[in-house]
Order: sequence, then structure tokens, then C-alpha cells
Amino acid sequence: MNQTIWLTLILFLPALAAILLALMPRQDKTLVRWTALIASLIPLALTLFVWFAFKDAPANAAGYKFEEQYTWYAAINSSYHVGLDGLSLTMVLLTTLLTPLAILASFSVEKNVNAYMALFLFLETGMLGVFMSLDLLVFFVFWEIGLVPMYFLISQWGSEKGEKQLWGGMKVSSRTYASFKFMIYTMGGSLGLLLAIQLLGVVNQTFDLPTIVTQWNALSNSDVLLGGFTTVGIAKAVAFWAFVIAFAIKVPVWPFHTWLPDAHTEAPTAGSMILAGVLLKLGAYGFLRFVLPLYPEQSSQYAGVLAGLATAAIVFGALSAYAQKDFKRLVAYSSVNHMGFVMLGIAAAARAAGTLDANIAMNGAVLQMFNHGLSAAGMFFLVGVIYERLHTRDLDAFGGFFPRVPVYGGILIFTSMASLGLPGLNGFVSEFLVVRGAWAIFPFFTALSMIGLLFTGAYVLKGIGKTLHGPLNEEGAHHLSEINARELWVITPLMVLMLWLGVLPGWLLSVINNAMQVLFG
Amino acid sequence: MNLTETITWLLPLPPLLAFALIVLFTNRNNRLSHRIAVGAAFLSFLGSAYVLFQAFTTEHLGEHPIESRIPWLPLGDGSLDIGVLIDPLSAVTLAFVAVTVLMIFIYSIGYHNFGQPKGDHDHKGFPPHGATHDGHAVLSIEPMYARFFAFIGLFAFGMYTLVVSDNLLTLFVGWEIMGLCSYLLIGFWFGKESARDAAKKAFMTTRVGDVFMLLGIAYLYSFTGTLSFRDIFFNEEVLHHLAETPSWFGLSAAGLIGILLFIGTIGKSAQFPLHVWLPDAMEGPTPVSAMIHAATMVSAGVYMVARMFPLLSAGWHEGGALTPAMTAMAVIGAFTALFAATIAMAQNDIKRVLAYSTISQLGYMVAALGIGAFVAAVFHLVTHAFFKALLFLGSGSVIHGMEHGVLHTGDHKVDPQNMWNMGGLRTKMPRTFWTFLIGGFALSGFPLITAGFWSKDEILADAWGNGHLMIFGVLALSALLTAFYTMRQITLTFLGQPRTKEAEHAHETPLTMTGPLMVLSVFAIAAGWVGIPEHFPVIGGILPNWFHEFVGGTLLEHPHAVDFNIVPLATSLGVALGGLLLGWLVYRNAQTDPLKKLLGPLHRLLENKYYLDEIYERVFIRPAREFAEEVSYLLIDQILIDGVLHGAAELSFWLGGIFREKFDLPVVNGFGDWVADTSQWFGRGIRKMQTGAIQQYMILSMLLAFIGVFVYFWMLQP
Repeated sequence: MNQTIWLTLILFLPALAAILLALMPRQDKTLVRWTALIASLIPLALTLFVWFAFKDAPANAAGYKFEEQYTWYAAINSSYHVGLDGLSLTMVLLTTLLTPLAILASFSVEKNVNAYMALFLFLETGMLGVFMSLDLLVFFVFWEIGLVPMYFLISQWGSEKGEKQLWGGMKVSSRTYASFKFMIYTMGGSLGLLLAIQLLGVVNQTFDLPTIVTQWNALSNSDVLLGGFTTVGIAKAVAFWAFVIAFAIKVPVWPFHTWLPDAHTEAPTAGSMILAGVLLKLGAYGFLRFVLPLYPEQSSQYAGVLAGLATAAIVFGALSAYAQKDFKRLVAYSSVNHMGFVMLGIAAAARAAGTLDANIAMNGAVLQMFNHGLSAAGMFFLVGVIYERLHTRDLDAFGGFFPRVPVYGGILIFTSMASLGLPGLNGFVSEFLVVRGAWAIFPFFTALSMIGLLFTGAYVLKGIGKTLHGPLNEEGAHHLSEINARELWVITPLMVLMLWLGVLPGWLLSVINNAMQVLFG
Repeated sequence: MNLTETITWLLPLPPLLAFALIVLFTNRNNRLSHRIAVGAAFLSFLGSAYVLFQAFTTEHLGEHPIESRIPWLPLGDGSLDIGVLIDPLSAVTLAFVAVTVLMIFIYSIGYHNFGQPKGDHDHKGFPPHGATHDGHAVLSIEPMYARFFAFIGLFAFGMYTLVVSDNLLTLFVGWEIMGLCSYLLIGFWFGKESARDAAKKAFMTTRVGDVFMLLGIAYLYSFTGTLSFRDIFFNEEVLHHLAETPSWFGLSAAGLIGILLFIGTIGKSAQFPLHVWLPDAMEGPTPVSAMIHAATMVSAGVYMVARMFPLLSAGWHEGGALTPAMTAMAVIGAFTALFAATIAMAQNDIKRVLAYSTISQLGYMVAALGIGAFVAAVFHLVTHAFFKALLFLGSGSVIHGMEHGVLHTGDHKVDPQNMWNMGGLRTKMPRTFWTFLIGGFALSGFPLITAGFWSKDEILADAWGNGHLMIFGVLALSALLTAFYTMRQITLTFLGQPRTKEAEHAHETPLTMTGPLMVLSVFAIAAGWVGIPEHFPVIGGILPNWFHEFVGGTLLEHPHAVDFNIVPLATSLGVALGGLLLGWLVYRNAQTDPLKKLLGPLHRLLENKYYLDEIYERVFIRPAREFAEEVSYLLIDQILIDGVLHGAAELSFWLGGIFREKFDLPVVNGFGDWVADTSQWFGRGIRKMQTGAIQQYMILSMLLAFIGVFVYFWMLQP
């Protein structure tokens, strides 16, 4: 096989840099910050190289490019197997793009900079590993690795105010509560996933994904498994739900979403950017990479349930966002709403795999993943900009800021509109494709989801109105200052991409479309 | 791509570039900013003129339109294409858009007091309050002058995009961009609570329509596999298939798609019951009102349904029974026309009268489309755009003149928009008066001279000729009311004697404002001459009925012109002249509104717009907010879901406690402790044997040896 080393480089450079950062002297914070930034720019550069070389690179039988495979656990046939198709490439690009921006956004962090930056880079390796792995066991390792840095980022660098009262009068700080909820919830979901992966490994005698997809789907439902213990049909149904629940928690699909507003709200600004920008995509990616190819029959059978939950996420996510008084929490709930569209597209595609409608829905879902990555990261960043100056996220403490910070105001309106799905900006294209694809398959749910789309307008306008418009809130505006140059460097690339993808989405969509055609014919 | 096509592609770009340039670079320089914006509008105007010249000189443009397309989204094995299209319908729309947009841009310079000093106490987000110059109170320049031009640039981009689009998707793009701009512009003075609320209301109300429209687009796209107008509407097979395929609610696919799209128009063109945003949108600066309410945005709604006419009427033959979608349009349109006209009679704000009048006239067009009078509807769309833009800009000029008076007297409690504070402005503002009179007469349908007469007459003739007598009656009645409230407005504003000191000191506005008024008043008259029916008594046939021939070509099947009939003509003459005369008679000497006494409580109902705002607030808005806060967030998320999670956590906590108390401590720890205790106890016991006396050790070892031997031989050996 034609081994290359690009993916390994992209994957482990951040981890190496993280170790280096942990060992660096702690006095010179500027040096630490710049080292982290540069270290995160290298994977981006490499990803761009891979992106441009992707079209002409040789692909293996399953359509993966830049493949690498080395034996890892020979005894159980698990190997370090990585590779890219258009789906994972898109997600890798999103990850390597958002990480430097998040690190740049974190230059204002003063506390324990070495550890903070090291955790961020370590997190990057974890996320990239999930997107690149073609071996179930390796995938699971990276899946879990990503949790650890995020847990510490929230619990150590999260917002300092706030307390949460639990049962029996027990009180914990909000960030402890949020980080704990995030960690335990995701791990709870992962338990079933691990068991199901073991099951697949035992049955197929390998953990290699492309091999399993062919072997596993060739089995007949009535075949007996594990020495008569169960049949393939039952095993598939059980494993299907184990996978679904794990990924559904991560996406998050309604009603597994309540960890999200807490974690996103309490995380430091850059942490929220990555959480919303990339971590949520891990779940949706899991559906596309594992659930649909491994369980086409069950996916189709239960697609209606998923579509219903996705619709609930869209509607209740939008309504709950509208109910918020905390700006960051409002943005957090908007993620529930937007990821609902991703799930609606996936559910529609699961029901009718192979049709043009499914293809359109799927293209929309993947594009929406990328787009939401951009706009959610942008929104969290902008909320963070105000928070750093005012030390509050309470919408009622804002108001009338537009004349004081016109540049910031313009950027906030732009990003909000991208998030709202204004035609001409990125969100519209993907939402339109999802609605178009899903309409032909689940017309009722699609029609219901329009309620969510309506309220998207309501909460976006609430955010803009309470912040920028109205009479000037003197008390709130006291410490307000215009967005600075570093912050502009963070948001500008995001805005350029939002506009570019809104006007000319072809360059990205063609990559996604090709991958979807290979994956789901 | 030939030159004409290239220019068509480029038409929307100059205003967009102007927006970008002003926002990014020139926003601190007012003069440069407005030069860029007006220059861009002029460039688009020139480009449109060129394209229109090509279009008007093409024979059978309907069959050979100017079109060009490119692939946009790769999907599956194919792609979704977008492109530009100039067919007769978009050509006539482009004509009025190009003219009115340019006029509005120029007018904005004067309206926002360019060249005046900065205000003494002006703040961004509030209208200018005036400045002191050489000891005199004078008007002051708008504090966010450059920003205004940026916004209207973006707005113009949206409208041009919508008009040149050859498909529903890019049309929707332009549609929504205008929606955003209307939000930004209505809320331009965002420091005022009323402006803020109006902006939100406009955005959200139109969005109700938009989400239905999006569904309609998705449905149409999944049904036909394309969104291109030509591919769907110029293709008999597709239309037939759409009309024949059954869908939900007992409708055909064409019917359901048509109704979904029409709901978009109900929002955008402010038809009942989604009309409530438009009157409030008067909070925006007046050029914005002209732009949103006359020239562009609300016209876009009617333009869209006119575009969709083949779909809405799929399965209908001229003279036959209306399709469900058409019936819906006819009923809603006619009802809106009358309903809004009644409200307009009882409004005192000069701009609000015009706002309701706009709603009413749009209802006219929608009703006309509903009864199949395609050409007449488009004709009225065009003429209305001109004379309504004229009226809005004229009302802005009046308000400006009144503000002059207010500054002079210094009494800021006097509302410069209330018509009861005016009167006699005819002599103070002659240019504004004459142009407003032309616009008002066109709106009323003053016979023969004005454009409004020809277009309105054609709608009535169509309704009569095709036997839609109910619609005819309702439209005729609303035409009567229209003439009446228009004359009421003219009389109260311009005629008689000034009723306040402010009106006495009103002042004519600068040429940048009155210039556009004069240009538009030419169109408010002449735009009607292109569509004089051939069989009209005496003057029919002198000018060819070019409009009908040209615009009719948009459709696959060229529509017939209705035969001449005296009844609709007599009706439109009667209602126009009668309404005008009545309005003058009732209001020429009025100091208070005589209608108030005459109508009693009914007048209060009209004045309060049938209390619809209050009803919506109670029935939809408040419950929605409460549902979001109390149910979706508090009950479902905080109490139910998190309750279950916390319950699970508490359960684990409790189980852990039990394990610790009942198992760990007693059993695991207990066992460990027991082992330790026992060994200790045992050790302590055995310690007693460690006496150090050799004899005892000997005895013990012998005893053990004896037991050992005994056990071995007696118990283990067989």
C-alpha cells in the first residue's frame, strides 16, 4: 500500500506541541501563547496542502485517501488505520481552522497559560483522531481522549461566578457542575458504544472499519452469533441503539441536550468555540461514518424516531433560546436548534438512502455541520468579547451599544444573520438543502421544523436588539471598548468564510457531494 | 455570454459594492458616501436602461428572453443552476425599480439634511433634532448619514437580485436580504422604542410568510427537480403534471405549492392577516418608507405571485372556474383592499394613511391575479410603484417642511406628521403640492390623465368581463374609499388655511427632494399611456396597447384582452370622481374629523385598526413567549429532563451511600478489620506460649509430633 505520513503529522503535531508547551518556562506568557498559535497553524497548513492534493490523490477500494495502516494490537486485529474521504476532510479542515482561532481568542487568558494551551492542542489531537480513524478501537480511544482536556478547560478556566444548587441543599460552583455533567453524560453514552464496538470486534474478528462494513452487512439477520447466544438481527438492533445513544448525547439530540447549555455557558470563550464548533460535530460525524453504513436497515427503520427528535430539537431549541436572559446561554441553545437540522438531514437520508432526496439532505447536513462550526464559533467569540469587558452575560445589563462600538455591532449583526440562515450567507444554503431533502421524505416533520425556523428569527433579533439597540445602558457600557485588532483577526476569517460559502458554496459542496455518493451511492 | 447578459448579471452589483465600500472605508465621510451610493444607483440605472432597450426592441421577448445561467450547487449527479432572466415581466419591473430606486437615493440626500450643521444634542439612533446656526434654529444632519446610504445600497442590491433572478432560489435570496434591510432601516432610529418594536415586528411577521414560502420552494424543487422559472412555467407538460398530481388537503400539487408561496406574499406584501407590520414600519425614515412600501419590497411580493401565475393558475382556462389558489388570492386580495381602505379613512398621520393605502392597493393587485387578470395586475403594480413612491416622498417633503415650522416655533410637542396640524401648505410648498396632487389623483384613479386610472380600470373591467361580480363590487367600493381618503389627505394637508403656527412657517424643501418628486410625477401620469385599451371610446387605438401585448408574452398562452364594456368604465369614473368630490366636500372646512361623529364607535374601531395588534399580542405573541419561557425552557429542560438527570445522579449518590454504609463499611471494611482483629487476637493468644522455657517447647513439639504420627497412621493410611 502507498503509505503517506501526512495524516499522522497533522494528527500528532498538536500533541507533541502540547508536551513541549507543558515543559516550557511559565514566566514568559507571550512566548507560550505564540508558540501555541504557531503550533496550531502547522496542522492547518498541512490540512490545506492535503485539501488541494485531495482530488488527485489515489483512493483505496472504500474511497479513502491518504491512508495509513500499521498494526497496533495484533492479538485482536486492531490497527492504527487512518484515512480521509470528503466527509472527514471537511471536518478536519473545520478542526484545524478553528483551533488556531480559538487559541488566538485565548490570548487574554492569564491563568496557568502553559497548561491551558497544552490542553487545547491535546484536544485538537483528540478531535482530529476521531475524524481520521478507520479502526473502531482507535476511534474510541480518540473519542474518549477529547473529553479530558475539555473537562479541565471548563472546570479550571470556566466562568468564575455562579452557583448551582443540587439536591438536599448541596451547592457546587456552576463550572464544576457543568464540567461534571458534560463528562459523566458523555461517558455514560460511551459505555454502550464501547460494548457495541467490542461486539462488532468479536463478531468480525477485526476492528477495521472498511472491512467490518462489508463483512457485517453481508451477514443475514437470522445468522446465529456467539455460539447460539443471539442472532445477527438482535445484535444489530442492540448495537445500533448503543451507537445511536452515544452519538445522540454528543450531537446533542433532544432530549439528551441539557448538558450543552451548561457546558457551553460555563466554558471559557475559546472552549465554547471549540465545543460548539467541533465537538458537537463528533456526534453527527459518528452517525454518518458509523451508524448509517453499519446499520442501514435499522437506520431506515428508526429514521422516523430520529426525525421526530430532530424536529423537537429544532423547535424546542429555538424556543428555549428565545427564553434566555443570558446571552451565552441563548447562543448555546441556538446550537441545539441548528444541530437539529443536521439530524433532520441525516434522518431523512437514513430513511431513503440512495435516492437524490437523500443525497441532497445529506449534503445539506454535512454542509450545515461545517457552517454551524463557523457561525457558532463566531457567536460564542463575540459573546466572549463583551463578557471580557463587562464581566456579565446578562442581556438586561446590555443595550444601546451600537453607537459606542459600531464595528463590533456590524460584526455581531453579520454573524447573527449567518446563524439565522439569511440567504447570501452560509447557513441558508445548508438549511435549504436539508429542508429540500427532508421535505420529500418527512414532509410532516419538515413542516413542523418551520416553527423552529420562525423562532430562530425571534431569538436572533432578541440578542441583537438587547445588545445593540435601545437606549444606552450607561452602567453596562462603562467598560465597553471597541473590538481590538487581535479580536478582529479571530473573527475576520470566519466572516470571510461565512460570506464565501453563502455566495459560492460549490468548492466545499462538491467535496462533500462526492463523498456522499461514494458512501451512500 | 453576450454583452447584454453580462450586464444583466452585473446589475445588482454596484449597490452592493457601494454598501461594502461605505461600511468598510468611507463611513466617516458623508459626502463621499452618498456620492458612492448615488453613483452606484445611477450605474445600475444605466445598465438597466441598456438591458431594457435590448429587451423592448426584441420581438417576442416572451419566447426569446435574455437569459444566462451557471451551475451553483453540485448535488448528486447534477447541479442546481442559478441565472438571470429578463422576460417581459421582469423587464417592466426592472423599469420601475431602476427609476424609483435612483430617485429615492437622490431624495435621501436632501431628506437627511446634507449640508446642514451637526445637531446640538443629536445622538446616534435618534432622528436629528436641529442645530443652532447664527442664532437661528435650523435642521441638522442625520448623525448616521453614511450608514443610511450603506443600508439602502444593500436594499437596492436585494431588489435588483430579485428582479433579474431566473429562479426561485435567488429570488428568495433577494427577498430575504430586503427583509434584513427593512429590519435595519425601520429600526434605523433604534434609540426609539417604537422604531425598535416596529423593526422586530416587520421582520418576524414577514418571516411567518417566509417559512411557508421556503416550504413551497422545497416542495416545488423536489417535485420538478428545478427551480428555474422557464423550465417550470414555460413547460406545459410540467404544469399539467403539477395540476394533475394530488397532494394533501384535497389540493393538487400545484395548488398546495401555490398557496404556500402565496403565504410568502401575504407576509411580504402585507396582505390580511399579516399586514400589521406595514403601518408600524412608518417609524423608519421616509425614503425608506418609499423604498419598502412602494417601489421595492412590497412590490416584490406581488411580483413573486405574478411570476408564479402559471403555477397558481395551472389547470385553469380563461373564463373557467378558478383554481383553489386563485380563489384564495381573489378573496384575500379583495378583502384586504376594502379592509385597509376603511382603516385609511380614520388615520391622522400622513404616512400612515399612505401605508394603509398601500396595503389596499396591493390587495387590488393580488385580487386581480386571483381572478386571472395577469396583465392588469402587473400594469397596476408598475403604475402604483411610481405614484406611491411619489406620494411617500411627497409626504416626507411635507413632514420636512413642517419640521422647519416646528423648529421655528420651538414647540416640539407639535407632531409634524399629524395632518390636523397642517393645512394651507399649498402656498408654502407649491412644488410638493402639485406633485402630491398628481400622485394623489393617480392613486384615486382620476380619469384619463393619470396612470392609476388606466390600470385600475383594467382590473375592474377584467373582473366585470369575467363575471366575478362580488370581486368587482368589493374593488369598486374600495376604489371609492380610496378616492375619498386621498382627497381627505390632500384637503387637510394642502388646502384651506394653516391650522397651526408651525404650518404657517412651513418651508419648501430643497431641490434634491423636490427634483425626484417632479421626475416621478411625470411617470405617475405617463406610465398609464402604454396600456390604453384598444377599444376604449375615442382615444383607444391612438397609442397601441403596447403593455398588454408585451407583458402578455410572459405567459405560455397569451391572455386575451377583455372586450370593452360601459359598466366598469362608468363605475371607475363614478367612484374616482365621486370619492374625490366627497372627500373635498366633507373636509374643506373641517376643524375636527366629521367622520368621528358620523360613524361613532365604528370610527374608534377603524382608528384602532380593528384592534388586530392587541388581538395578536394576546393570542400569539404573549402565549409564544410564555410557552418558550415556562414550558420549553423551565418545564421541559429545567424541571423534567434535568430533573431526571439529577434524579439519576441523586440515586447514584444515594446508592453509593448505601453501598458505603451497608456494604463497604460493614462488609468490606468489616472483613478487613475482622481479619486484622482476629490475627491480632490470635497473636495475642499465642504470645502466651512464648514463655522462653525450653521444657514447655519440648513438650509441645512432642505433643505435635505424636498427633502428627497418630493422624498419619490412623486417619490418612487406608
